[in-house]
Amino acid sequence: VAKNYFQRREFSFTLRDDIYVRYQSFNSPQELEKEMQKMNPYKIDVGAVYSHRPSQRNTVHMGAFQAQEKELVFDIDMTDYDDVRRCCSSAEICSKCWTLMTIAIRIIDRALVEDFGVKHRLWVYSGRRGVHCWVCDDSIRKWSSALRSAAVEYLTLVKGGSESVKKVNLADSIHPFIRRSLLRFTDALADVKQVSADLLGCRGQVSSPPAVLMGVNGSPVRESLLREFPKKRDSVQRWELLKTKMDKHRASSKKACHTEWEIMLQYCFPRLDINVSRGVGHLLKSPFSVHPKTGRVSVPIDLQCLDQFDPFAVPTISGLCSELDAANEEDGEKENEAEPGAKRRTRDYKKTSLAPYVRVFEQFVEEMDKWRKGWSGGGSEL
Amino acid sequence: MLYSPNPPPLGRILHLYNSTSRKRSWGSSGQRFHLNTMEFSRERRLKARLAGDRRGDLYPHSLQFYLQPPTENISLAEFENFAIDRLKLLKLVENLGVSYVKGSEEYKSKLGHELRKLKFPYRVLAEDDYDARRKDHISHFILRLAYCQSEDLRRWFIQQEIDLFRYRFNELTDVLVQKFLKYVNLSYEAISEEVKEKLSVQLLNSTPGLSGAKVEELVFYKVPLPDAMDLFRVRRVYLLNGIAYVPHTDIIAIVLNNYRIKLSKALALTARSLPAVQSDERLQPLLNHLSHSYIGPDYSIQKNTGKISLELIDALSVKSFPLCMRQLHKALRDNHHLRHGGRIQYGLFLKGIGLTLEQALQFWKSEFIKGKVDADKFDKGYAYSIRHSYGKEGKRTDYTPFSCMKIILSNPPSQGDYHGCPFRHSDPELLKQKLQSYKIPPTGITQILELVKGMHYQLACQKYFQLTHDVDDIGFSLNHPNQYFAESQKLLSGGREVKKETSEPESSQQKLSNQKSTNSSSILTSSNTDADIELEGLDAYFTED
Ligand code: SF4
Ligand SMILES: [Zn+2]
Repeated sequence: VAKNYFQRREFSFTLRDDIYVRYQSFNSPQELEKEMQKMNPYKIDVGAVYSHRPSQRNTVHMGAFQAQEKELVFDIDMTDYDDVRRCCSSAEICSKCWTLMTIAIRIIDRALVEDFGVKHRLWVYSGRRGVHCWVCDDSIRKWSSALRSAAVEYLTLVKGGSESVKKVNLADSIHPFIRRSLLRFTDALADVKQVSADLLGCRGQVSSPPAVLMGVNGSPVRESLLREFPKKRDSVQRWELLKTKMDKHRASSKKACHTEWEIMLQYCFPRLDINVSRGVGHLLKSPFSVHPKTGRVSVPIDLQCLDQFDPFAVPTISGLCSELDAANEEDGEKENEAEPGAKRRTRDYKKTSLAPYVRVFEQFVEEMDKWRKGWSGGGSEL
Repeated sequence: MLYSPNPPPLGRILHLYNSTSRKRSWGSSGQRFHLNTMEFSRERRLKARLAGDRRGDLYPHSLQFYLQPPTENISLAEFENFAIDRLKLLKLVENLGVSYVKGSEEYKSKLGHELRKLKFPYRVLAEDDYDARRKDHISHFILRLAYCQSEDLRRWFIQQEIDLFRYRFNELTDVLVQKFLKYVNLSYEAISEEVKEKLSVQLLNSTPGLSGAKVEELVFYKVPLPDAMDLFRVRRVYLLNGIAYVPHTDIIAIVLNNYRIKLSKALALTARSLPAVQSDERLQPLLNHLSHSYIGPDYSIQKNTGKISLELIDALSVKSFPLCMRQLHKALRDNHHLRHGGRIQYGLFLKGIGLTLEQALQFWKSEFIKGKVDADKFDKGYAYSIRHSYGKEGKRTDYTPFSCMKIILSNPPSQGDYHGCPFRHSDPELLKQKLQSYKIPPTGITQILELVKGMHYQLACQKYFQLTHDVDDIGFSLNHPNQYFAESQKLLSGGREVKKETSEPESSQQKLSNQKSTNSSSILTSSNTDADIELEGLDAYFTED
């Protein structure tokens, strides 16, 4: 790691009353810690590594102060699924729509590893309605903003703003990225069907076909679908109907046509916020922050147990406080007051429900460390 | 001749950069292009002519990345002629791109013809091509000076240069391609037959337009991700483990990608050294003229600042806003909110039509607080970004309103967004409904949708202008939403003076490009690096999760 890498990293604090303090940088992690204790920020964001120390940016020539490196980050936000969610809207989530998030993580993570060759990435629950992904590979941290948006575009299938209805259009030959994502999908499809009974527009509006079908203008089966859809009671049946129709249609026509998948993808495919990923200097909330609105701690997600991850079960700030109080009371007598503060703190968190999440984080860091040592010490075959 | 200068005060010598007092860099190479105050000497020129070997070294290929700036002195007359010829050429490149399929026979023959006529290198094999190559080299660098000045200019220039380069690269024989790739350090390892066989299905499916037989016969290269950006961005290449498997036929994309990055960096650097050039009173008018004969004013200077009252905006949005802005305005009024892409596009447009900073703050605030944002939150967060766009915060860049090209090509809208160009980014069906609700006659709608289908979005917009303003010939070629507004206002206030008013001698050039439109179907459109960087500061605070 380059010298003073840490010193050139931007941290931003959000203080009480939404006061933002940007471009802070610190000589050492200890200094950062001290400042955090002093300022008591509500939120901490991590920014880029700059050409100069961000705190001294005014001393360098205009234009010379440039963001040089940052983790490639992705932000998936449940609000971006509002047009296909019926259970919740905007900041709300429930276990139903969280399934969409789980699918998104699976699809993006697979592509990051298999397609982009990413070695180190950390998935973090934001504390409210979304997840972040931090890609930390050395070479990728140096990517330009153009490359970052290219990656997001590669990973994006659902395109179009509020003025378009059909947002997924597949080409005749399906790119391996999509094919492989679809495989992930069929795994998860059972869940999807079961969990979101609204998937094909059943709930509440049994008689009307899902809006997305309106956009299927070019599709030859549209007319008959429009007629028969209302007769089907739930999304599983509708899906079957759609699929049968399409199979039949494909058998009789030479042109490739993937309407049923396009619809399915429009409902379930990950929706990335390109603006968060694109800018090298863009800030993203630090893992382990407490979400100001929910009090939940933004914790890393262990991909091994992604299906068990429950956004409502993560530690909250108030929960942690009482856990700590309880733990301290328990061994209050044994507690040696002379023990150095820092040491005590490290031990303390282990008594709380945060411990397993810290473990996930530590494992991630250790992995990266091992890899880097292997890199510098090992042979050139890497 | 577009521009006839007064006799240059220092004789016929062009002094671009004064090597003693101001050392400036032309390009990314860090090389200096010196302009001494030395008199032009015929002797030197003669020597240069005779030094045949060295001339060969200078331009070993008909094609280049323009890494080294020219170092010779040239006369003002030659400077001017070169500049104008290249401008003609780029203009033609633009027009051809709109009228023909890029790379079609007609496109190629027309472009080839023009290259020959203007004495640019057109026969790639020609040996004694020194003069043409020299002209190509020098004229490219001159236009860099004129076209580095704003983001819109850079975008235009890069686009045309890339198209020109593509044509010329495609004319190269296989042997020359290999030579050139070596020359610019872009040779890659080819994959073995075994590997290819193993991956054949994936390779076939990732590369549109390839047949199985073609895959078998083509060479595929292993290319690192950054080099293959333009290919994977549009999912046109197979990625495995951080490597792109690029067929020989797509190597051009890699070359163009590389060239674009270099050119865009170089332009940014040139822009920084611009003050020195601008202080040269012989060059400044010429350079300005060169750039203005292009994409017109950038609407950054507001003649009308403060002349628009906020109460008028609703009415104006119906009468004089182009569709993109009308849509944003309506979304804002309906939702009391706009996501950042919309805020920037619409905010800068409003700035361009003359809203002062104070008005803008008031305008946005009064709308946002009707929604979920309270006054306090507005003042803390959103207000910053508005001041920022007026150049009062952060990098203090005075952001200019977006041109159509920018709106059409970059940052497409996604879920919940209302920005973009409705002709480009709306479902045709919805667009049709919208036009119907705006009472556009059916024949007009059909015409507009035809243009949209042909990807002539700006022409579609012009048609819309025509129909809504009830004129037969709109008399301008549309390339900017603020231009749309200005023209509409002129017309509605009855005070539109004919062409005279369109300032400067650019009208002839403008007419030539009446077909201006943007073909964004081309898979390798620019990725707008600069634009993204500029936008960054505006939105950094608004990631909510
Ligand atoms: S063509 Fe230009 S002015 Fe017209 S709607 Fe599109 S972006 Fe707006
Ligand atoms: Zn829900």
